[in-house]
Amino acid sequence: MTDRPSTTPEIAWRNEPLLFERSRPGRVGVMLPPSGVEERPLDELIPAELRRGDLEELPELSEVDVIRHFTRISRKNYAIDLGLYPLGSCTMKHNPRINEEVVRYPGLSQIHPYQPEETVQGCLELMWHLERVLVELTGMQRVSLHPSAGAQGELAGVLMIRKALEARGENRRYLLIPDSAHGTNPASAYMAGFQVKELVSNDRGTIDLEEVVREMSDEVAGAMITVPNTLGVFEDQIVEIADMLHEKGAFLYCDGANFNAYVGKARPGQMGVDVLHMNLHKTFTTPHGGGGPGAGPVAASHRLADHLPGSLVERAEDGTFRLRTPSDSIGRLRSFSSQFGILTRALCYILSMGGRGLAQVAENAVLNANYLRKALEGTYHLAHETPSLHEVVFSDRTLADTGVTTLDVAKRLMDYGFHPPTIYFPLIVHGALMIEPTETEGKEELDAFVAAMKAIAREARESPELVREAPHETPVRRCDEARAARQPVLRWWPAEEEAAE
Amino acid sequence: MYPEEYLYSREHEWVKVDGEIAVVGITEFAQTELGEVVFVELPDVGQLFDANDEVGTIESVKAVAEFYTPVAGEIVEINEIIVESPEMLNDDPHQDGWLIRVRYSSESDLAELMDAAAYEKFIEGEE
Repeated sequence: MTDRPSTTPEIAWRNEPLLFERSRPGRVGVMLPPSGVEERPLDELIPAELRRGDLEELPELSEVDVIRHFTRISRKNYAIDLGLYPLGSCTMKHNPRINEEVVRYPGLSQIHPYQPEETVQGCLELMWHLERVLVELTGMQRVSLHPSAGAQGELAGVLMIRKALEARGENRRYLLIPDSAHGTNPASAYMAGFQVKELVSNDRGTIDLEEVVREMSDEVAGAMITVPNTLGVFEDQIVEIADMLHEKGAFLYCDGANFNAYVGKARPGQMGVDVLHMNLHKTFTTPHGGGGPGAGPVAASHRLADHLPGSLVERAEDGTFRLRTPSDSIGRLRSFSSQFGILTRALCYILSMGGRGLAQVAENAVLNANYLRKALEGTYHLAHETPSLHEVVFSDRTLADTGVTTLDVAKRLMDYGFHPPTIYFPLIVHGALMIEPTETEGKEELDAFVAAMKAIAREARESPELVREAPHETPVRRCDEARAARQPVLRWWPAEEEAAE
Repeated sequence: MYPEEYLYSREHEWVKVDGEIAVVGITEFAQTELGEVVFVELPDVGQLFDANDEVGTIESVKAVAEFYTPVAGEIVEINEIIVESPEMLNDDPHQDGWLIRVRYSSESDLAELMDAAAYEKFIEGEE
């Protein structure tokens, strides 16, 4: 526990006040010079009914107050730049800094979406190039770079299926989704107006073909399949499933969130997939989270390409590039074209890796997951014997007699300086610990994680209370998650108002 | 643990038959599996359902789960208290934690369900 990044910032910062509490009346961060523009009454510029009126409770702070506040709370956090972040299904991997270098080139960063196309030809060419590369990697016909996130790419894909059915004058009701799917799949299906029929996985952790036969009908619009699925298992009958769907005039949606497990090795287009989304922030190393920005390009086979969202970049015969909306597009999902800075990073990554490099990404992602599988098998219960690709799912069954659960193991890992894995997902594994190391971790980091996981299993036997009460070393100890959900406090109140409430 | 006079479904609901009304809740096993319940969504009174239709949602700190009515019929009453105090589902799943009362339309749905002994055997396989 000594050479891990400390999750224990200096004691004095433990109770870092909120910005509202730091506020002092009249304190300012920036001194503005006198305005050179003639002043006009506010009422002339913005009608009173459109103005917020009272701004009294905004915090008043100096620049140094703000910088220190955010730096201090950032030091209470954990990040991929500090260590292994084995959050299964999320692909938390290193973001190469060359991406950050390139994205800041003035020609790529000092642009505006309202600029005329002829003044941003280089940027359009970059998008055109990225689409070509993604077409090559996926084996699909066209790719729209428009969606801003994986889930938005998913929604786009499902709406494209609906659009294609409408174009045929059909109104089918159901999408088939396996019980090992990402939770966003059924959510996207419902948002697009479909009902979900769940496919129960077999004991290998894959889709049962007989289930598909049983649920198949003229009312089925398609199936949404994650490859590899959330158990980290490859759906080895995907081609048969695609054939069954196509025979009935239905479509195959592939959730490409786990594309890093086979990028450069296999192409969804050759598996019979009609529509696929990819998360550039997973497979292609653009930064994750904090609510964005992300990008979830959606790729289509010839069956669905006319329905792609947003605009695609076309190259005219004279070599110029233009944005064009597909003929029967589902329309826009966001303002403007796409999350351009993320696209730039992804292309930079792809070109810096090269084709062979990307194939090695898949190899190393699978190797690392299987290294952890082998090292932890026995200490923790392996959910399925089926070979793992990029992630491995264990359960807490081996600890059942100690009273220590998956949640306790996850909390205790923080004391060892690791981010916990994904827990209690997929739902079909009781007490799931879903571990995805990604390809960017070296052997030393994996070994340190294995040592921590084994130490926790030992502690569960020798001093279970230590694990059940974890974490002990973090800025905040174990939170009351049930109370937080039952009685959420969604805003801050000044001390005196709180008392008056 | 599991009341003898109740019937049980494979989705871990219990049914207590009270004349022409069936009271439905989730079992002790189900509440333990879910963990602390933080939110319950119930159907509207007067809604009609087929047997095994999804009728509501139970959200815990671990997961969101649907619950199903093991019997077809009309919802005649819902447990409003549980919406306010979802923890009751953890504290007393077989009594005060009931979810819906259904005027069931067919005796045959009841025949599909397990008795307490069969259910206890069934959950041994689930663990």
